Amino acid sequence: MDTNVTTRPAAEADTAVIVPAVDIVEDEHGITLKADLPGVSKEELAIGIDGDNLTIEGTVKLGESSRMQPVYAEIRVAHYKRSFVLSRDLDGAKIDAAMKNGVLTLTVPKAEAAKPRRIAVRAD
Amino acid sequence: MYPSLTSFSGDLFAEFDSLQRQLDHLMGLRGWPSSIRAAGRGAYPAINVGSTEDAVEIYAFAPGIDMSRLEVTVDKGLLTIAGERASDVPEETDKVSVYTRERFAGAFKRVVSLPADVDSSRVEATYRNGVLRIAIPKLEAAKPRRIEVKTH
Repeated sequence: MDTNVTTRPAAEADTAVIVPAVDIVEDEHGITLKADLPGVSKEELAIGIDGDNLTIEGTVKLGESSRMQPVYAEIRVAHYKRSFVLSRDLDGAKIDAAMKNGVLTLTVPKAEAAKPRRIAVRAD
Repeated sequence: MYPSLTSFSGDLFAEFDSLQRQLDHLMGLRGWPSSIRAAGRGAYPAINVGSTEDAVEIYAFAPGIDMSRLEVTVDKGLLTIAGERASDVPEETDKVSVYTRERFAGAFKRVVSLPADVDSSRVEATYRNGVLRIAIPKLEAAKPRRIEVKTH
């Protein structure tokens, strides 16, 4: 193999990611985010919170033979990454994450103070 | 050709990408002829095909599928992956807001033409982490073998 052709600078390798498709829905309890991350196991998934930033990252591991030769490829990058900015009314500390069949489901609950409540109107 | 999809080194399919780009460069082609059954970018499920000495392996990136709604068939050298993925997005009401709806929902079908040297009577399919892996062994006659050289 000609390494001059196939080896690329590390900086470029770091930036090559797939942005996963997501569905984002909000109800009165909070926000539910679903992301397609096919080929990512629970162990290869990383969910990070930094301040208001929520980042989802995953690595594809197919477990293929090292002798395999590619014939045709639509997925040519083995990393997924996508970031979101949470708002103050969401409780980033109570995020729940579940992975099933390559689909990540994240639920971000609303902070207690931000839940809708009825404001009583006093009559003086 | 796909500047945003450049592979990193060591990736299984990086070699393919680099080969394709070299060919594009050498032949002055902008669009390398693609398979006639290839779907546009972003099609569901995305498919990779690889080959070893023993088998041809097809990887379909099909997250969130109910196995009972997935059908894999082989007929006359064509492998078909068909099924349906139900939408996970609820109806929008006064209490439910839908902000982003990017994930594929609905019926899908992808067709891959198999090489002539595979034994399509022994197809093996497994589904793991949202990836459907289909392995089709090569015919014994097509496998590489070592030829003994006799000395007289």
